[in-house]
Amino acid sequence: MAKFTFVGGIHPYDGKDLSKDKPIRDILPEGEVVYPLSQHIGAPARAVVAKGDRVLAGQKIAESAGFVSVPVYASVSGTVKAIEPRRVVTGDMVMSIILDNDTRYESVDFAPGAPPEEMAREEIIECIRQAGIVGMGGAGFPTHVKLSPKEPGKIDYVIVNCAECEPYLTSDYRRMLEEPEKLVGGLKILLRLFENAHGILAVEDNKPDCIELLKRLTREETGISVKALKTKYPQGAERQLIYASTGRKINSSMLPADVGCVVNNVDTVVAVYRAIVEGRPLIERIVTVTGDAVARPQNFRVRIGTSYSELIRAAGGFKGEPEKVICGGPMMGFAMFDLNVPTTKTSTALLALTKDEVSAMEPGPCINCGRCVEACPGRVIPSRLADYAERFDEEAFLENNGMECCECGCCSFICPAKRPLTQEIKSMRKLLLAKRKK
Amino acid sequence: MSERMKVSSNPHIRSRVTTNGIMLAVVAALMPATGFGIYNFGMRALTVVLVTIASTVLTEFLFGLYRKRTTVSDLSAVVTGLLLALNLPVTIPLWMAALGGVFAILAVKMLFGGLGQNFMNPALAARCFLLISFPTAMTAFECDAYTGATPLAALKAGEQVNVMNMITGHTAGTIGETSVIALVAGACFLLMTGVIDLRIPGSYIVTFVLFTGIFGGRGFDPAYLSAQLAGGGLMLGAFFMATDYVTRPITIRGQYVFGIFLGIMTGIFRIFGPGAEGVSYAILLGNLLVPLIERVTKPAAFGCQRGGKRA
Repeated sequence: MAKFTFVGGIHPYDGKDLSKDKPIRDILPEGEVVYPLSQHIGAPARAVVAKGDRVLAGQKIAESAGFVSVPVYASVSGTVKAIEPRRVVTGDMVMSIILDNDTRYESVDFAPGAPPEEMAREEIIECIRQAGIVGMGGAGFPTHVKLSPKEPGKIDYVIVNCAECEPYLTSDYRRMLEEPEKLVGGLKILLRLFENAHGILAVEDNKPDCIELLKRLTREETGISVKALKTKYPQGAERQLIYASTGRKINSSMLPADVGCVVNNVDTVVAVYRAIVEGRPLIERIVTVTGDAVARPQNFRVRIGTSYSELIRAAGGFKGEPEKVICGGPMMGFAMFDLNVPTTKTSTALLALTKDEVSAMEPGPCINCGRCVEACPGRVIPSRLADYAERFDEEAFLENNGMECCECGCCSFICPAKRPLTQEIKSMRKLLLAKRKK
Repeated sequence: MSERMKVSSNPHIRSRVTTNGIMLAVVAALMPATGFGIYNFGMRALTVVLVTIASTVLTEFLFGLYRKRTTVSDLSAVVTGLLLALNLPVTIPLWMAALGGVFAILAVKMLFGGLGQNFMNPALAARCFLLISFPTAMTAFECDAYTGATPLAALKAGEQVNVMNMITGHTAGTIGETSVIALVAGACFLLMTGVIDLRIPGSYIVTFVLFTGIFGGRGFDPAYLSAQLAGGGLMLGAFFMATDYVTRPITIRGQYVFGIFLGIMTGIFRIFGPGAEGVSYAILLGNLLVPLIERVTKPAAFGCQRGGKRA
């Protein structure tokens, strides 16, 4: 049973008006293009080109190095300038292929394979894998792995995450408005993989036009329904989305497949469609460039690997000095200190703000108000977990379900004492996860 | 690249609610009751209020000097001072009121680590400290210049009380406890601004009504029950003291348990105890039980079963 919402959550200023009415605009990179070999969760891809090679857009430049790994494709034509570590948005140095863009944008011929109706399950999955598709909502988990649960017959729901609950982000919204038939087409392909599954397009109800459009497109489809979920952050978080659309619950140690669900983001599903029907690998994505420090906020269709600084330039540069630039949304994105880093398969947005609310507010002592408890979608007690994390009290942290935190940021947002709760819990989780791996 | 670009962990936005804002809202919500207290008891009530607030703020300020950390600006001392004043009779000697303020801040709050660390409501603890130390001065109530019993004491003695007067507040009692209308108006403001919710006041009041109805010896007599509800600081306690963030359980289920406990304890103190009062002691006792209540009402994480087991 769909619940259409979940317990907890917050309603931050959503900022979507800045860019939601701007149609997707194609932009082509001018300078060098950088492809980190690790744009996904799992083993980094292995380069199959060498310095000096000339490559075309759509040509494979790195192959997958294991089951949980995907290939990387060139998004422009040019010569391989170097294969060396480069800085990525998180600040890490990651081995990358650097392409000297010849600005001719010559492309390989994309050859669609057989129509999906004639393809076997394994063929479809292999094709998705070969196209280099990963979860494009931000996590970057290889899609073919998600689509290969132990018992595909036990999957009841294929859910497309159309919530886009992060403030400011409008890339999924534009995609749904402009290419809804590709989204529905992609979902139909995914449904072919799971014979007993029903398709759900889960949209937040602040996008009535998308809901209307998708409902109209799927009127004839008995196997697909559109669900209008309550607008609330983090409605698009996987666990909350599954609960809101099916009433089923999973915790941090379970996979969606454990409750018969497979969840994919809008852009990912469109990428599946393009891979199967058009034979195109994943070389571009939609990125929202927005924020009050951006001259002309809008949505771009970006060749993956384009530098963020080019995106800002294409959006008219900065108006006013940005105090904080974020890769992704304001709730879960990364603060950037250098714009000369490449966009990747998981880049959803570039957000530039003239004012940083975090450094403007001094954290104070916890007054035990309980707002974090009410806001926490994971139903834990963030203020206490942050205390345990601060004292590094591992036992208390685990006993109080610290590992169930999904790092959505609701507690830090809502805290009147402005304590960095999410940050503390997140650091502790990271340490414990690393310890567990050992 | 801009030198001003700031880097921090997510999330990058913050809500507008601040500790100061919450404290300010509580002060504002107490204004109707304070105003009525001054109207009902005269200008001396204002003097008591000002002396108590000055005492709490000054104590916090001096302690801050000693610890080299100013915390006066969070306004919590103002709230404590005001709440304490509203819990004092208007005739109290001013030095006693000031002493109460010092006790509330120094002994109950700062020595335990300051804001957020005290395990008892400072204002209530100070009231009880004064009540035990100076019982006569703390129970010398007057109204319209007549000294007299509070309505609850009269009720307990078997006398008739005027419930209408209790609701408007034209009775004997402490400065801020008498007017139900003024207190409920302030409480509504706090409810609407989301500073408090009905979990604790609601379960407290409902439990108390049921308890007095069953054990009060007068059945569910509306006049008796409304007198019990309107009298003896129940409204002040339920909406402004029991809801004190620091000293109530943080778990949602725990808040219901806390409210029910307070309702039962208040009923026991009022019906079976020697005095007519019980709200202050009930809340203080409840405060002491908070760690226990929190432990047994630990929420089940999303997708997990209670008791920490994974679903």
